[in-house]
Amino acid sequence: MAREFHNLQELRHNASLVTKVFVQRDYTEGTVCRFQAKFPSELDNRIERTLLEETVKTLNSYYVEAEKIGGQSYLEGCLACATAYIVFLCMETRYEKVLKKISGYIHEQNEKIYAPRGLLLTDPVERGMRVLEISVFEDRGSGSSSPSSSMSSAGSSAR
Amino acid sequence: MHLGVSESMRECEYSQISTRNSTPMETPYKKRTPKRRKWESFPGRNKFYCNGRLMMAKQTGVFYLTLVLILVTCGLFFTFDCPFLALELTPVIPVIGGVLFMFVLGTLLRTSFSDPGVLPRATPDEAADLERQIDVANGSTGYRPPPRTKEVVINGQTVKLKYCFTCKIFRPPRASHCSLCDNCVERFDHHCPWVGNCVGRRNYRFFYMFILSLSFLTIFIFSFVITHIILRSHRSGFLKALKDSPASVLEVVVCFFSVWSIVGLSGFHTYLISSNQTTNEDIKGSWSSKRGKDNYNPYSHGNIFTNCCAALCGPLPPSLIDRRGFIQSGKPQLAPPPNGIPMYGATQSQQSHMVLSHVRTTCNGLETIGTFPYVSTFRNNCLLLFLADEQPELSYCAGCWPFIRSLIQLFT
Repeated sequence: MAREFHNLQELRHNASLVTKVFVQRDYTEGTVCRFQAKFPSELDNRIERTLLEETVKTLNSYYVEAEKIGGQSYLEGCLACATAYIVFLCMETRYEKVLKKISGYIHEQNEKIYAPRGLLLTDPVERGMRVLEISVFEDRGSGSSSPSSSMSSAGSSAR
Repeated sequence: MHLGVSESMRECEYSQISTRNSTPMETPYKKRTPKRRKWESFPGRNKFYCNGRLMMAKQTGVFYLTLVLILVTCGLFFTFDCPFLALELTPVIPVIGGVLFMFVLGTLLRTSFSDPGVLPRATPDEAADLERQIDVANGSTGYRPPPRTKEVVINGQTVKLKYCFTCKIFRPPRASHCSLCDNCVERFDHHCPWVGNCVGRRNYRFFYMFILSLSFLTIFIFSFVITHIILRSHRSGFLKALKDSPASVLEVVVCFFSVWSIVGLSGFHTYLISSNQTTNEDIKGSWSSKRGKDNYNPYSHGNIFTNCCAALCGPLPPSLIDRRGFIQSGKPQLAPPPNGIPMYGATQSQQSHMVLSHVRTTCNGLETIGTFPYVSTFRNNCLLLFLADEQPELSYCAGCWPFIRSLIQLFT
């Protein structure tokens, strides 16, 4: 079954953004980057609780890994200090490496889970690590009948 | 129940959204406008150099003074004192001096030019969402706007998170808004005019290394210049020694006055690092035992060694403000919200500015008490506008409420 992919910009003209839901930061563990596991009520009928909670939990674990203070970070810090931080011209910090992993993870989650449900996650780093932004698009089933049915069968087979 | 939910979802028939971003080339009409980098429209009061690679505060005069003092003193030391000392004592002295000098300069430039950990301001959508949550939580009361604080328990201590009216976010713990740079900075320590930048999460370790190495350099230069003069005066008398190397006098004077302040500052920051506090917290006495018996620092790791290692060798987070990224033009328009949510508090600072400007142009009763714009008193209509400590509060007597309301309606 051929899948139809729409360019995100195009889709924005057709399926307008209904709202944006924000998952705020959880500061109970201090200044470490962590997002609240509370499920936003606006997404009740758009996505299963467990999927979103799983995504948030995985993201939180990535951030813990990035900000971990341990042997490797000390080594990196001392090496950087000894080379007057010139070493960072050639090499990425561990934090940046983990951020790259996170953006890959979010991209994958968007493709597999969120896009089929008309949602889109925005990488928190693009919002200054303040929020996890979830854009909610309105469903296209309201307009056309045949194109959407073929798309829905493609979508359901994708799941 | 779970099955029922998924059934209803499948009926809605959502279309697959491609997560591939479109390239700017696909929209040819955008070729006309040149792409601007984000630093060019940065809302804070910062200066950017080298096309966004370096950032500093707006007032940089004192930074140039620091630079000149260090360069001139070290220059004089290497030119006038080092040749004598290298011959008389050992050539290692200029080498060590050189290494210290390079280190001082490197850390100074790194502190001054790097992003201290500025938090980017909230997007309009986020601000509106927060407003909604605050209104729902507090309900709109009569005269006073609701207090904008959130309480959070960290490691057993209750910490208040304040809402920043300029950046429209709830500040994370330990963050503070720098009024000079007009930015919220993570783990805000202080704004240092000597380095021409705020000292925050991302450049605290460089700042500490700068003042520590500068203390060593100052003591080094001071002691060796004194040694130089003493050795010379043994040969040819004190006054002749001074005449032979007049630069030494200047160096001694500069070093003498610097030593007290810089060594003192290094000691103070060593204490702060070992107890994992910021200057801001120490000055406010946030974690001092004087506030209460159970008051302790929830961020401390417990022992001095871990605190020091965490502050100096911990992971360095990347800059959140993406100075060199390009501004994305043509954002998708938001569909109008179903219930017209009034943007009440989001324009609060705008409202207060509007009232201020109205009163300035029409009423002459503007009297300034204290440092503008922190406290302003208007004689007419007994309207008091407090813009103290980044938390503006509109307070006015009941008789003025109709006037205020009409003003706000007039301008919004």
